[in-house]
Formats: sequence, structure tokens, C-alpha cells
Amino acid sequence: MISNIEVGLYVFVLATFLGYEVIRRVPSLLHTPLMSLTNAISGISLVGSLILAGSRRSTLSTILGTIAVTASTINVVGGFLITDRMLRMFRRREPRQPRQQPAEDPKSP
Amino acid sequence: MNEHVIQFIYLASGASFILALKWMSAPTTARRGVWIGEAGMLLAIIGTLLRAEIVSFTWIVVALFIGSAIGIPMAFFMPMTAMPQRIALSHAFGALAAALVGTSEFYLHSPNITKFTMTALGIEVVLGFLTFTGSLMAFGKLQEVLPQRPIVYRGQNVMNLGILAAAIGLIVALVVDPGHKELFPVMAALALAFGVLLIIPIGGADMPTVISLLNSYAGLSGAAMGFVLDNKVLIIAGALDGSSGFLLSLIMSRAMNRSFRNVLFGAFGQIQAGAAEEAEERPVRSGNAEEAAMILDAARLVIIVPGYGLAVAQAQHKVKELADMLLKRGVDVKFAIHPVAGRMPGHMNVLLADADVPYDLLFEMDTINPEFAQADVALVVGANDVTNPAARSEKGSPIYGMPILEVDKAQTVMVVKRSMAPGFAGIPNELYYLEKTTMLFGDARAMVTDLVSEVSRLAVGA
Repeated sequence: MISNIEVGLYVFVLATFLGYEVIRRVPSLLHTPLMSLTNAISGISLVGSLILAGSRRSTLSTILGTIAVTASTINVVGGFLITDRMLRMFRRREPRQPRQQPAEDPKSP
Repeated sequence: MNEHVIQFIYLASGASFILALKWMSAPTTARRGVWIGEAGMLLAIIGTLLRAEIVSFTWIVVALFIGSAIGIPMAFFMPMTAMPQRIALSHAFGALAAALVGTSEFYLHSPNITKFTMTALGIEVVLGFLTFTGSLMAFGKLQEVLPQRPIVYRGQNVMNLGILAAAIGLIVALVVDPGHKELFPVMAALALAFGVLLIIPIGGADMPTVISLLNSYAGLSGAAMGFVLDNKVLIIAGALDGSSGFLLSLIMSRAMNRSFRNVLFGAFGQIQAGAAEEAEERPVRSGNAEEAAMILDAARLVIIVPGYGLAVAQAQHKVKELADMLLKRGVDVKFAIHPVAGRMPGHMNVLLADADVPYDLLFEMDTINPEFAQADVALVVGANDVTNPAARSEKGSPIYGMPILEVDKAQTVMVVKRSMAPGFAGIPNELYYLEKTTMLFGDARAMVTDLVSEVSRLAVGA
């Protein structure tokens, strides 16, 4: 029977290699959105923060937990929204037509 | 039984994160990637809230609310040029959360902490705190509230390494005896100090590497938290971020011709000092917008090489206008993007996308380099060192071996530039002295605006 620690190490090593292989395929065109997305995902520290803020184990841990939830929420919410905002801007040229009017919706961000 | 449900929710969450990154591999699926990433995060939150330990929701709700109230406006109002700062700031918040969770875990359980947990906890807290201050420093430098130039002093590396070694030593001491509560704040303080000192010697041009590296640290800190709390989704997400950030910083330092160590231990100051001497006057050919427009209009293929100077001058929209006009006149227009054109990996692509340049006009270095030979005009706007042929030919040059855009292979080269001042590397650019090069001196935005109006005059005339 293997311990939780060993299972954890397996998960860590495999996820590291998987991450490397998956991210290697991301074109440099999308490196900024990629970084913004991984930044949002690193807000996963929210999980630990939630447990801390909600488990009422000591005053200190509730205070630290509340600060931690606030901080990681900023990270998560801001990260995902801005990644989407960025990706919305990426678009292809309209399928070939000799003269395309350049400004069809100038207001979109 | 409930525990099993929670574990399955976490599993689904981890799988979603992997899919999210996988779908980032193409612009057509990337938005789907963000959505499934959001779904994964939502699952992780739901799974956590279902746990038996959580007995009170008051502070959770308050904190979620405050966090969203800060995070949402930040996401909607940050200009795209400020993206590197925003990411640095966001790293700081995530890392702070990890460090605080670790701190609290320590005080709740000390001295009853196993050696393995204490090791993970030490790594979590040290990485968390150093990423926190390091990211704040990076934010300050990028936002220009702190001086951008690297600050170097004697004994700097020895001191920094000493502080890091002391922090690691304290982790070891705590692993041996987790009852030493008094050592913990010292360790935290050392990590906080190390984060500041790590960034002080790093200059603005090296920020792409550093931000990627901080991304990696923030992820690893999260993974360490996963070991402390025995939570697999934290381990998965942290490991994904860790490898992503590491890979990106490798790509960045390779593109800048620097070793990792070189970036971290700030050797850039020396390069600048050594290169300033060679500043003799050599003739360059300077031209004006009118003749440049004529050459552009007559070309079949124009490759535009944008650099960060273009973003500084806010000329993206004008460049897009120029490209549109040339395309309409039957000229083929392509953009050549160097990996470090901008302040973070891929930054230039986002800036051009923001100006509505379609992404199928953007080409990365390896794809576009063979095409310069067929290009009638290479138009360089705000880029310098990444076009310097010295990187190919001059063994002694500090940028020798750096991958460059082979602009000098084009029929004609036009360079929009304020003056002959050297770029970040502090060396003269051989490109400017070539027979085929025309310098268009002036502010990038003003010059490109002139080019646009000259080309449109030609269009009307014809």
C-alpha cells in the first residue's frame, strides 16, 4: 500500500511532464494569453485559502484565511477575465475578398 | 462517502485545467480553453466548499466579494500595454495567499508536523513570500514607479545567495524540529527580503524572463501547498504552472541570448559599460515619408518588424492603418514578430491584436526569416537589437549568437527611429549603415501617420 505522500509525488511528477509537453505546443502568438491563463490557474491557492477562512480553527487562521481568499480571488477572477478579453481580440483576416473595409466594429475592445 | 464525491470533483477540476492548457495551442480553440479553465476553477471551489471542515461561510463570502470587486475592474480597465504589470501584480496576490495559508498551517500544527509536511510547508512559504515581494518589485519596475535600470553593487550576488541559503537553512532546522516557532518569522522575513533583492539587479529588458520565472514559482508554491494539505488538485494545477513558467523563461532567455544564470545574476550592467566607447560617426542615409511611401506602394511584399518602441509611441493603430492601406493597394503585408518584442512573452502579438491586426498576418521568427530575401521592403518600427546583423557575424559582440530577424536580407530596409541611440544592449546596429537602408527619423507614431497620408495620396492620384 503506498502512502498519500507517494501518490502526491506521482501526481506532481506526471503533471509536470504533462504540463511541459502541452505547453510546448502553444505557439508564441499565444504566449501572453497562456501566461495570463496559467496565472489565473495558479490562483488555485484559493482552495487552501477557503479551507482556512471557513474552518474556524483560530482567530489568526481566520484572519489570514480571509486575506488569502481575497488575494487569490483577485488573482483568479482578474486572470480569467483578462485572458478572455485578450483572446477576444485575436481574429483572422476575413476570407479573401479584394477590398475589405477595415473598421466594421471599431468599438469592440 | 462525501469525501469520494469531493475527490471526483477535484479530479474533474484537474482534468479541466489540463484541457484548458491544451486548447491554448491554437487561436481558434483558445477561448474554449479559458472557459474550461473557469469551469475547472469553479469545480475546485465547489468541491472545497462541500468539505466538512468548512463550518462558517461569513468570511468566505466577504473575501470572495472584496476579491471580485478588485479583480473585475482590474481585468476590464487595464490597457494591453500594461499586461506585464498586471500579471506581475496578480502573481503577487496568488503567492501571498499561498504563503499565508502555509503560515497559518504552521502555527496551527506546530510542533506536530511530520518531516515531509514541514519540508513542503517550508518550500510553500519561502517560495510564496519571495514571489510576493519579487512580483511587487517587478510590478513597480514595469509600472515605472521604481527605477527600471538594474541596480548593481559589490558583493550583491554573495549577499543574495547568503540570504537564500539562510532561508533554506531555517527550513532544514524546522524540519528537524518543527517546535521552533521562533524561527518561522525569521524564515518568512528572509524570503520576503530575498524577493526584493532578487529583482533589484534586473533591468527592464530582462523582465520577460523574470515574469515567467515568478509564474513558475507561484505555481510551485501552490503545488507545495497541495502536499501540505494533501490535495491533489493543488498539486496538478501547481505542477502545470510550474512547468509552464519554467519553459517560458527558458524560451525567453534563449531568445535574448542569455543564460538563465546570466539574467538572474545581472550581468547586463557590464555589457552596457563596455559597449559605449565605439561611437564614431558613420554616414547613414536618411529619407522622408514621401519617398518611403512611394517605395512601399511599389512593393510586392512588405514585412513590418514591430518592436517595443512602437508600443511606447502608441503607434499600433497607425501601423494597422498603413498595413490595411497597402493590402488594399495590392501589396502583400506581413508582420515579423521576434520572441522578445515586448515586455513579456508574446506581448507584441497582443498589442497588435488590440489594434485589430488579424493574427494570420503575424509570423514568428523562424517562419518569417526565410521570407526576408523575397521581401521588397522591410519596415522596422521601434525594434533595434533584434535586427542587428552583428548577432550573426561579429564574434566579439555581446549579442553574438542571439537569434535575430534577418531584416538585412530584404531588398530595401526602412527604419523608423527617433535617433541613432543604441538599444538595450548598448551597441551600434550595423543594419543602419547598410547601402540599402533608409533611416526615417522621427517619432514612430508621427512618422507612420505621415506614411499613411502619403500612401493614401498616391492611392488618390492613381
